[in-house]
Amino acid sequence: MIKFQGTADYIASHDLSVAVNAAIALEKPLLIKGEPGTGKTLLAHEIAKALNKPLYTWHIKSTTTAQQGLYEYDAVSRLRDSQLGNDKVDNIANYINKGKLWQAFEADEKVILLIDEIDKADIEFPNDLLLELDKMQFFCYETGEEIIAKHRPIIIITSNNEKELPDAFLRRCFFHYISFPDRETLKEIVAVHYPNLEKQLVENAMQLFYAIRNQRNIKKKPSTSELIDWIKLLLVGKINAQELDDVMEGKRETPFLGALLKNEHDKAILR
Amino acid sequence: MFLDFFLFLKEKGIPVTLREYLDLLAALDKNLLEYNVDDFYFLSRTVLVKNEEHLDTYDQIFGVYFKGIEQIQSSELLNIPDEWLRKNGERLFSREELENIKSQGDLESLLDRMAELLKEQKERHQGGNKWIGTGGTSPFGAYGYNPEGVRIGQDKSRHRKAVKVWDKRGFKDLSQDEELETRNMKMALRKLRILSREGRTEEIDLNKTIKSTAKNSGMLEVEMVPSKKNVVKVLLLFDIGGSMDDHIALCSQLFSAAKYEFKHLEFFYFHNCLYENVWKQNERRWEEKTPTESVFNTFNDDYRVVFVGDASMSPYEIFSPQGSVEHYNEEPGQVWLQRMIEHFPYFVWLNPVPKTEWKYTQSIGMIQKIMKGRMFPLTIKGIEKAVGILKKKDKGTPVV
Repeated sequence: MIKFQGTADYIASHDLSVAVNAAIALEKPLLIKGEPGTGKTLLAHEIAKALNKPLYTWHIKSTTTAQQGLYEYDAVSRLRDSQLGNDKVDNIANYINKGKLWQAFEADEKVILLIDEIDKADIEFPNDLLLELDKMQFFCYETGEEIIAKHRPIIIITSNNEKELPDAFLRRCFFHYISFPDRETLKEIVAVHYPNLEKQLVENAMQLFYAIRNQRNIKKKPSTSELIDWIKLLLVGKINAQELDDVMEGKRETPFLGALLKNEHDKAILR
Repeated sequence: MFLDFFLFLKEKGIPVTLREYLDLLAALDKNLLEYNVDDFYFLSRTVLVKNEEHLDTYDQIFGVYFKGIEQIQSSELLNIPDEWLRKNGERLFSREELENIKSQGDLESLLDRMAELLKEQKERHQGGNKWIGTGGTSPFGAYGYNPEGVRIGQDKSRHRKAVKVWDKRGFKDLSQDEELETRNMKMALRKLRILSREGRTEEIDLNKTIKSTAKNSGMLEVEMVPSKKNVVKVLLLFDIGGSMDDHIALCSQLFSAAKYEFKHLEFFYFHNCLYENVWKQNERRWEEKTPTESVFNTFNDDYRVVFVGDASMSPYEIFSPQGSVEHYNEEPGQVWLQRMIEHFPYFVWLNPVPKTEWKYTQSIGMIQKIMKGRMFPLTIKGIEKAVGILKKKDKGTPVV
């Protein structure tokens, strides 16, 4: 059986691997939620890498409809072609543009399908995909074909909680909430990204990071991805452990604070 | 297998269905686990819980049910992300108290402790201080430390007895009814759909295309239109604090249903009557105010305005300058209400007080008059009626 344990570049906590493996084994979509920047989208990429399978990504926007994931029928270009007397016109299949779901369904091996930020779409969007995700099949009216997945893809769905998802949809998914990593895990994550960092620098950087994160009134807490970016800036700016020490003692301001805090209100609090 | 556990979860308010149970069995059947409790905990959590709001409840239930299985450490059981704890806990507990509760771990003592806290709070309340829940953080969307929290609030309001509820009924299943109620509310609100074609052209307009193609002597001339979308915009104005505390549960249901149904949803709070300022975060109501005037400027008149409030106050608060109980208001509340409904011709008032009791409160009648009869009880029926009225512009004549 295929098992996911994280990769060299991605530390998956044990509960996350259990969730992913359950979703793979039972061939159910896995809904991932969590604070922004905790690696929700990255997960699908890493699963693809770990299992060595192709990845299909479907990014959802506010205007995305469920139908676009299945296929789109391009009537306009068919009409135009008919005027020009093109032979293609006779076969309607020439004007069906396959969506990501169709592509994933007809792939010759098990693939990973990422439906990214499903909460951005219209409220009806998840309801329109119920059957497709459950049975992994759909019907193409124009050609009269029944599209059935050759291999049920591993579906990862991410959500940022901007809208609630309907119950019927939730019932068809497994659910995992990526909580913010604890100190040890976070250290591992940093080590994966920057293996040769000076120990004291990491220690001080983490301490500062947690101090900022634990400020109570902060609107947008910095998360893993912000920490990684910030450490990168510290390296580029050649900030050393001593300088971070000074920050903690209040002798100077936090360098590159903009990488951690993204709005004025939060920065003002820290000062 | 684990049927008892499953039923126990359902009883305690985690919305699990047969499907989740079968999924769990299937997962166990696949031998995914190495038969240790940690893994079982992770697996069952993934399969059974579909919403992070339920995670902490789940953790507690799991702890109680599998008590005695030593491999699970209590820290793992109460692996509650800090934020939800804070969001839910803020209302009732201080940080230290929360820490305390967490360290107590098991459900029984946790509930006891909670009952105790409530008792204290009740007493303080009678002593004249404000309830923590009312003075402080926003009551909307949070159900207290665990789902039973709502029940406390409700029973308190009806019988004015906080503690007794805990003896038995605290454990009574509540989430399910509530789920049903939000669902009904969602369905009622859904009728407020105003479909219109706006924005990007993405559909082919067949009739127009045929016409222009014919005009174009048979050469294809494609005409596109935007697709139909629900464009209704809603502005919710909640009365908060004071006598509204009794209706928190109902209002938060309405809020979550509305949040689900409407893409364009804005909300503000006010206290008792509308005055020159409204606010978005109740805990920061004195620092971050929005002038009511600027609400007129920000939102155009196609917003549907829904007032939610019990309209129960002293008549002075409506018709007299400086009548507000909280601050110095130069102009009386009714002036601001008038301005509001002049700017927004689509409006209703939803009142959580049962309609049969309206006649006993003078101010309800006054507001009803200002609202030109557009006040409805906050019930499913009432919402349905209100939604119907919301589609009609106010033309000066009272409805009903």
